Amino acid sequence: MHLVRLYRPNDFDEWRRHARGLIAAGIAPADIAWRYGNDGYELFDEGELLPAATGAVGTVPRLFIERAQLAIQHSDPVRFSLLYRLLWRQRYANHLLDDATDKDNSLLTRLVSGVRRDSHKMKAFVRFRKVVDGAGKARFLAWFEPEHFTLEATAPFFARRFAGMHWVIVTPYASAWWDTKNLHFGPGGRKSDIPAEDAVETDWNTYYRAIFNPARLKVSMMKSEMPVKYWRNLPEAANIAPMIRNAKAMEQDMIARAATQPPPRHLRRKPESDEDIEEIQSLADARAAVQGCRRCPLYEHATQAVFGEGPERADVMFVGEQPGDQEDLQGRPFVGPAGQVLDDVIEKVGIDRRRVYVTNAVKHFKFTPRGKRRIHQRPGGGEIQACKFWLGLEIGFVRPKVIVALGATAAQSLIGKASITISKLRGEPIQMPDGIVLFVTNHPSYLLRIPDAEGKRRERAKFEADLVLVRETMAELEKSAAPSGDA
Amino acid sequence: MATLTLTRKLAILADAAKYDASCASSGSEKRDSAGSAGIGSTEGHGICHSYAPDGRCISLLKLLLTNFCIYDCAYCINRSSSNVQRARFSVEEVVRLTLDFYARNYIEGLFLSSGIIRSPDYTMEQMVRVARSLREEHLFAGYIHLKIIPNAAPELLIEAGRWADRLSTNIELPTDNALEKLAPEKRPSEIRTAMARLRGRLEAAAPDKGARARPEKFAPAGQSTQMIIGADGANDAAILTRAAGLYSGYQLRRVYYSAFSPIPDASSRLPLRPPPLLREHRLYQADWLIRFYGFEVPEIVAGGEGGDLDLGIDPKLAWALKHRHAFPVDINRAEREMLLRVPGLGINAVNRLLAARRHHRLRLEDVARLTASIAKVRPFIAAADWSPGGLIDQARLRQKLAPPPEQLALF
Repeated sequence: MHLVRLYRPNDFDEWRRHARGLIAAGIAPADIAWRYGNDGYELFDEGELLPAATGAVGTVPRLFIERAQLAIQHSDPVRFSLLYRLLWRQRYANHLLDDATDKDNSLLTRLVSGVRRDSHKMKAFVRFRKVVDGAGKARFLAWFEPEHFTLEATAPFFARRFAGMHWVIVTPYASAWWDTKNLHFGPGGRKSDIPAEDAVETDWNTYYRAIFNPARLKVSMMKSEMPVKYWRNLPEAANIAPMIRNAKAMEQDMIARAATQPPPRHLRRKPESDEDIEEIQSLADARAAVQGCRRCPLYEHATQAVFGEGPERADVMFVGEQPGDQEDLQGRPFVGPAGQVLDDVIEKVGIDRRRVYVTNAVKHFKFTPRGKRRIHQRPGGGEIQACKFWLGLEIGFVRPKVIVALGATAAQSLIGKASITISKLRGEPIQMPDGIVLFVTNHPSYLLRIPDAEGKRRERAKFEADLVLVRETMAELEKSAAPSGDA
Repeated sequence: MATLTLTRKLAILADAAKYDASCASSGSEKRDSAGSAGIGSTEGHGICHSYAPDGRCISLLKLLLTNFCIYDCAYCINRSSSNVQRARFSVEEVVRLTLDFYARNYIEGLFLSSGIIRSPDYTMEQMVRVARSLREEHLFAGYIHLKIIPNAAPELLIEAGRWADRLSTNIELPTDNALEKLAPEKRPSEIRTAMARLRGRLEAAAPDKGARARPEKFAPAGQSTQMIIGADGANDAAILTRAAGLYSGYQLRRVYYSAFSPIPDASSRLPLRPPPLLREHRLYQADWLIRFYGFEVPEIVAGGEGGDLDLGIDPKLAWALKHRHAFPVDINRAEREMLLRVPGLGINAVNRLLAARRHHRLRLEDVARLTASIAKVRPFIAAADWSPGGLIDQARLRQKLAPPPEQLALF
């Protein structure tokens, strides 16, 4: 039997020096007894002391080192031998740490999470008290009782967080202090090393009591996250018993205080002007009123209604389907990728952008949520029908000579038929009852969805040809309108 | 009006802030005060510094700058028609309290909200001043969460994002109709437009791969929102559909569900009884399943009845019990997506299972080492040495797996 005596309860390097020597000498885990400090000191302990090794004697996954550095802080005496056993077994089983079902490995996991939790609770529950010395210099002192030997590994967190403060954390087994530049460690201490109070605790207690909602009492939840063993060092914990005792009465009191007469301040308040516009007299009125639209349920999940854009009087109106993701977010039509295609083609065929009004048949974005994305959904007949009201207003105010329906939804809305075949309608002007000339073509987003380059090129050419037709019709209408204008 | 002491103001303005459920201090950038003369750090995961007997974490100093408010939202204790005692902090007072609490390690930072006074812009400007003072004058590197007032000027929003880790705008209620009824001054589309604007800023601030210039920082912990549960008639399906819409549209980090809680001097427009707290809990579980477990809203809701979740059991178990034909799942062969649907197996357990099964076939006791309760998992899986046989088809399976009725006594 080999006896290994460690001087520190949580020093990974010290353990490693011994473990390297033992591995080098080929000593099996079962033949080693690990002891720390005065634990299990047996006067006549027999066994050979091996020289500790300093250099590496083999390789282990980096993960093992990381986890061992945590596990060694655990208070369970089994930690030293467990780590050696895992080290020993890994010589033959490379992937031991990947197998969470292995007994030794799952014990390691338990130790690691115990240490992590303890370290986390230290970060959470340390409470500093401020003292100011004769020279006016402030120091922050805390007493904390960790369950494991976690102070050394946790102290750098406090150094990063409270870099500009002089602080000391005292635990029963060690202490740490920070002078705004360096971190030092020293021996453990007692609770009485720390001042018994701090003036700010009055406010902290006030806050703790005020933020509590007595109507939601859930004591077991509190105790599982803030175990009772920590309470003796938490200033706010003294409030807990009376708070629980009075919770029911406080809740009853809250409910019993029924609505009272509103204070005079409230009654003096000017009522907000009602923004709903009953009488829509202009394009601007319509633009404002559409935000309150409830004609179909799409408003519930869209960000906002997206109204048309362009001059108040325009010669040509492009009508798309509905706003997409980007349009919905920005509140403007045709700002996404399809809008880019439309802009490019309008420019290419030489339509004057200043004479163009763009809008959609449906003003709210219809989609289904899929994780972090919103998937476009085609509006239904009811939604198109409901939104025709707004498109009608736009046409009435803008008075275009030519309307271009981009895609089936727009055509459906403008023609009033449910089934639309674009290939049959495109390329020919359609006379609308009020003298407007309607053209039907694809929606530009259709061009974006064609996978093969050849098909894309072909469809784009057709789209451009449709818009050339629009330009020519605009020019003709102007020519025929001009003489009568002169007369 | 008699002047209130700072302690008295703290009592009033913390009490007024407690109905906002969010207290998270996680998900921000990594930063600390090393090398500066200031204090503060954020290292990714938040820290709960204390717990109140309501079981809620106390991570941030949650305050209202003032509880004076010109709005009259029925569900809010601070609505203008309520007779609660009013108070108002100065910017300096909030800054001082934050630093004093932080230096003693009571908190991770500040969560500042406010009643609307004078105008949305004026109120937002005051909140921004607190954050600016903490960062600029006091070199505070702790966590700051600011509430955004939806119709405040966009410049104020941009400055808020410069100083704060997180910004939030509350959607308040699951349906627009309810919001308009209970909060007459709030416009649902204004709230969503504010979220859309935030999303735009957040995306612009996300570092572009390959780009050399780092965009200016903007709220590194993103945005979140809160919905009040049980103040209107909306069912769980409506609530979760609303949440899924918000997650997909505005890249929210979190939607908080807050069971409507009785408030003193309550408005007569509100229901008399609060909803069971368990309902809030089930909604959080469902939300989690939708975001991390690949469930869709209709699937989750179908686990319950009539558009509401089953209060007696968790939504994943409820789904499994209605889809028994999909089980047992072979623990040694099934795809990750299907393993995630097994009641009692969380993401961590599934990850470990996948790693372990590369090395040997898994037996029931292997699975038991990875889960908190093998009893819950057992009926739904097959392992090397285990098949549930008729267990999965037992009519009494629900009773067997449902938590004992003591827990139901919560409501």
